[in-house]
Parts: sequence; C-alpha cells; structure tokens
Amino acid sequence: MNFMGIEQFPDYKVPGTQHQDFSPYESNGGSIVAIAGDDYVVIAADTRLSSGYTIHTRKQNKLFQLSGKTVLGSTGCWCDTLALTALVKARMQMYEHTHLKTMSTDAIAQMLSIIMYNKRFFPYYVSNVLAGLDNEGKGVVYSYDPIGHCERATYRAGGSAGALLQPVLDNQIGFKNMQLDGEIPKVSKDRAVAIATDTFISAAERDIYTGDAVCINIITKDGIEVKEVQLRKD
Amino acid sequence: MYAGHQVIPQQFWSNGPAPGQFYNFTGGYNGLATGSANQCKEYTTPGLFGTQHSSSPITTGTSVVGIKFDGGVMIAADNLVSYGSLARYQDVQRVFKVNNKTIMGAGGDFADFQSLKRSIDQKIVEDLCHGDDLEMKPKSLYNWLTRVFYNRRSRFNPLWLEMVVGGLDNGEPFLGHVDLRGRAYEDDVVATGFGKHLALPLVREQLVEGKKLTQEQASDVLRKCMEVLYYRDCRSMPKYSVVVCTKDGSVVQGPFNVNENWQLATMVKGY
Amino acid sequence: MSSIGTGYDLSASQFSPDGRVFQIDYASKAVEKSGTVIGLRGKDSVVLAVEKIVTSPLYEEDAGARIFTIDKNIGLAIAGLLADGRYIVDIARQEAANYRQQFERTIPLRHLTERVAAYVHAYTLYSAVRPFGVSVILSAWDEDQGPQLYKIEPSGSSFGYFACASGKAKQQAKTEMEKFNYTEMSTTDLVQNSGRIIYQVHDELKDKDFRYEMSLVGKETNGVHRLNPAPWHAMAIEAGEAFKNEDDSDNEI
Repeated sequence: MNFMGIEQFPDYKVPGTQHQDFSPYESNGGSIVAIAGDDYVVIAADTRLSSGYTIHTRKQNKLFQLSGKTVLGSTGCWCDTLALTALVKARMQMYEHTHLKTMSTDAIAQMLSIIMYNKRFFPYYVSNVLAGLDNEGKGVVYSYDPIGHCERATYRAGGSAGALLQPVLDNQIGFKNMQLDGEIPKVSKDRAVAIATDTFISAAERDIYTGDAVCINIITKDGIEVKEVQLRKD
Repeated sequence: MYAGHQVIPQQFWSNGPAPGQFYNFTGGYNGLATGSANQCKEYTTPGLFGTQHSSSPITTGTSVVGIKFDGGVMIAADNLVSYGSLARYQDVQRVFKVNNKTIMGAGGDFADFQSLKRSIDQKIVEDLCHGDDLEMKPKSLYNWLTRVFYNRRSRFNPLWLEMVVGGLDNGEPFLGHVDLRGRAYEDDVVATGFGKHLALPLVREQLVEGKKLTQEQASDVLRKCMEVLYYRDCRSMPKYSVVVCTKDGSVVQGPFNVNENWQLATMVKGY
Repeated sequence: MSSIGTGYDLSASQFSPDGRVFQIDYASKAVEKSGTVIGLRGKDSVVLAVEKIVTSPLYEEDAGARIFTIDKNIGLAIAGLLADGRYIVDIARQEAANYRQQFERTIPLRHLTERVAAYVHAYTLYSAVRPFGVSVILSAWDEDQGPQLYKIEPSGSSFGYFACASGKAKQQAKTEMEKFNYTEMSTTDLVQNSGRIIYQVHDELKDKDFRYEMSLVGKETNGVHRLNPAPWHAMAIEAGEAFKNEDDSDNEI
C-alpha cells in the first residue's frame, strides 16, 4: 500500500465521519424555450432552483438581459451559470468601453461560444439558449452545448426538460413530419408566447426539475416585455 | 486577461524586511495591498504523492435557518459543533453580527468557517481604516462569498460550508444562501442542511404571498423550527442562538433553549 | 552639526567620525518643519491632535489628513513628510493584519510599535535607501492594557509616553504638557487640553491658516479609534478658540 500514498492518510480521520467525494458539479434543473419570429423573439425559463428532491427556491430568474435586444437563458449547474453570466457581462462592458457601442446579438453569440470553449477541459456545466434580435431586427435563437458548440436556430428547447420539449416545438413551430402544401406557416408573436407557456405547463407535469412559475421575455424593437405565468409547485 | 497589461507593483527594495517576516512561524502570509506575485499560490504544499485536498468535512455544524420579516432579517443556528457523530463542542456560536447592517450564519466544516471568518474580520478592519463610516453591505458579503467558494471548488479544494447571509441593503431586508460550490440564491426564507427539509416547510406554511411576517412571528416560527430540528436531526442540540438585523442595528440573542417534551417517546413503537 | 558636508552625510550606511549618521539628523530636520502633532494619554482614553497647516485655500477641507486608523482600536498620527508617513501607515496596517491572521486578536500596541520601529530602523542601515522623514505617534486603548501611547523617531527608536509631541513647536508643546498630570485626567479635560495646546503653539505669523484635527480612542468610544469624533472635536476647537481669545485680550492691555 506504500505506493498509493496511504501513509499520508491523516490519522484524524475517524470512522464516525462519513466520507463524501467532492464533485464540483451539481445539477440544479430548469428549462428554457426560445422561439424566434420575423420581428420578435420569445424566450422563457422556469423559476425553480433545485437539486435532487430538494427545491432551494421557487423564484429564481434564469433569464439574463444582456442588452436591450439580447437575453441569455442559462440552466444546469447554477454556480457555473453565475460565474459564466458574470464573465459575459464583464466582457460586454469591456467591449462597450473599447468600441463605444453595445455588442450585437451575433457578436455575443460568438463570444459566448469562445468563453465556453475556453474551459473545454473543465467545462461550465450549463445549457445555454441565447435569444435576441439580429442586426436586421429579425429574431434569432442560438443554442449551445456545455463546451461551446454553437448553433443558430429559429426555435429551441434546453435544460432539464429540453429533450421533452424539443419534439413539441418541432411539431408546433417547425411543422416537422407533416404534409404541407407550400411554405411552412409563420408563427405569430402571441401564438409563440402561448406555445411556450403550454410547453412549460406540460413539462412541469413530467419533469420534477421544472415548475413553480415560468418567466417569459418577449423581445421586440420596442424593448423587452416580461411576463410570468404560475406553474404547479409540487 | 491581457497578459502584461496588468500593473504589477515593482519592489523598490528587495533586501529589506517584509512586514511580519520576522514573526511568521507559519510563513508566507501576504497582507493587504501586496503584489500579485503570490496570488495564485496553492493553499496546500504538495507532498510526495501530490496534494491532498479536503474531500469531506471533519468538525461540523448542522442546520442554519434564516427568515426575512417586516423591517429586518433573523438567522438562527444551534450552538453545537460535532465531530462525526460525537457532540463535541456544545457552546459555540454559529451566527454572527458582521456589522450593523450585515449578519451571517454558518453550517458545515467549522474549521473552514473559522479561517474564512478571519478574512471577513480583516475586511471589517479595512472598512474601518478608511474612516468614512461606510460598512460592508450584506449583498457585498454575499457576492464575495460566492466568488471565494466558486474559486475554491474550481481548484477542487472546496471550503466545506453552507452560509446564510442577511441584513439590510439600503434599508431593504436581504437574505441569501451560498454553498461550497458557490451556488447562490436569495429568498424570503432560506435554510441549510436538514433545515432545508424540516424547517423550510414550517416557515413557508406561515408565509402568505404578499404579506410580511412581524418580528415576533418570525422569532416564534424560528423557535418552532429549532424545536423540530432538535427532535429529528441527530447532529443538533436544544440550545440555539439568533442574530437579528433591523434598522436599529444587529444583535446576537441567546442562547435559548427549545421546548422539550419526551413524554410521547415511550409510545413510539415499531422500529 | 558644525561639520556639515565633510563627506559623511551622503549615505545612511556610514558613520561620521564623531559618531553620527547624518542622514538621520537630516530626516529629523524634515520632522521639525512639520505642523505640530501631540499625543495625550489620560485615564480612560488617548487623544491624538495635529495642527494641520493649510498651505492653500484651494485644498478641500479633509485633504492631507495626518491621523489614520491602523486597526479597530489603534490610531497613528504623523509629523514630517506626508508621503513617507502614509507609507508607514500602510506598513503598520500590514503588520496589524499579519498579527491578526496569526493570533486572531488585535495586535498589542507595544508589539506594533516594536515592529514598525524595526522597519523604520532598517531604513537607517543601507546606502541604497534614505531614512523616513517622519516621526509617528501611535495611540490605542483596550480593556486589559488601558490607554497606550508610543512614538517612533526617524532613527527607529521608540518609547512609551504619558504625553508626547513632534514637529515645529515640539519644545513649546512639551513645556505646556509638563504642567499637567495626565494619568488621572478625564476624556473631556484631555480633549480640551489638546485643543488649547495646539491653538497655543500655532504660530499665526509664520503659518496663517490651520485646521485642528484629532482622534480619540478610549472607553467613551467603545474601544474604537475615531477620527474627529462628535462632540469631542467641536469641544476641543471651542477650548482652543477660547484660549486664543483670552490670550489676545491679555496682549491688548
């Protein structure tokens, strides 16, 4: 046993203390849905912060307004979310100081990918969905994996119920696997908000890490409108 | 971020004594306002087979419960620090007044807390040295703790703590919770450890949406929480202290004793 | 200092044949040009007071402060070069922090004085550096030790005092201070005395304007070192002004 470093094992460790291995990660749950239209983008996230069967708080906002037309939804390991969003905000401030203008949604999207990949071998354990208006005023959604892979989309579900919600969005917004005559129909803003709300009501039924309430940000050229809808709290 | 752009203070004279140099028996403490040269130093010196980091707490404190009420915040914890299952230290304060607008409570590894407290005490002295009568606000302490804990967990050398920070921030009650990973959140009521399971539901029962508790109600529900925790948490004791922060300042109250009634115990069967 | 020049005054690391280190003497000269600083140790408190000479009306009122807080219950006043003094303040704060880190209590003033004095002294030993052009007065109060007062000179020597003074009117202030027995003096009397002395030793002809600044640490401040505390600060100024007016009317007769 000499080669295993056991001789360094401190003799103050007694059988009474239970041994827990430390993991730097923890899953704190939460889901995000974002839907983009021609002149708007809707992003929604639930407000439950939990780990395992414990709910820490029922009113944790997970949407971070980065600028007047960009909102980041971030869930997963909450401490990583806090560190990541603080870094993004600081970098955006630096950008503003050097270039005397606010970062565009596309630029933030690219930067977020780089910031995430910078920690490729000790990743931020988070699921990010970035929603905003692009330079033409069109709604855009970017989604990420924990190591910084970035993909532009028109609608996306992420977080603990992401896999549950994405097929619903594929059907309701993407009109996937359907016999359509002609173009894919456009989804109105109100319809997008209604779908986002409904998906969360459904997610709260099946996913224990999603619930309590859903916070919805509706981004248009006129600003960001914030709504909250209550969900089941068990 | 920009390597080389950082201003590294140059030493004018490197042959002379550094403050505390003659008196350091442990060696290597860098006081306030020193250069960044030693900032990234590891906290433990590597041994023959690498560095040992703490992977479990040794001397521990159990639950801490904090509540906001109309015009203030209060935090309660019992006065026990355990050594495994042994009720080792039975007269220890785990709730503290930081200053007149900031209070805190600590659960988890008590040695980690004591070392952290030294840093917090030094921050208070630094505040005082400025001589501008400004004090650290609860949000500042809360955020600072978030960064310290996150930093340590990222080095795989966590401070094994769960902390509750409270106080008045610009006159508004503030209550927050930070854990060993740097996970942080604010709420009207927070608890750590067993308190999360046993105390939170008791307090939430009292809270009506949109209505604030009075100080007396808050104090009563805390007493009830500490009582239930004592009955069910094996690592707790009946003696507890409360720290209260209102616009009149912060005070540590107690120790109090919970109401004990074990008459029912003989009737509990079936184990 | 009859032998000014003579080649022995260029370095702090060389003695002159008659056993002086001229650089230290010159540092003391810098202190003698400074506004007067006094420290008074009473029954339950210690007062530091300075005659802050205002060289220009363009300065803000609190500019160029010469009393500092080192730790919760420790104050430090400087006479001499302000920039040198502030560096000493920083060193003293680091020493206090270092002690706190190791022993988890406030550094006793005796030990702080010893450490800072050792530091000041080190700057009188090498040719590459010059001594500090400051004399510092340290004050503290705590429950065990009561009031404490120390002074460190540019040479690095330090002593404990009942009352002490540095700067321009050091001699005059000392003469005034010798008239009283401070050991049993109440805080009020102590503060008023400090006001009288500073106002008395101020030379109106040479230095036009000045500001009386003080600090108090003692039982009345709950063991916290406080700068220009109400109501003591006003009380001292009142006593000082009253003394000055009385003195002026004497001259008229």
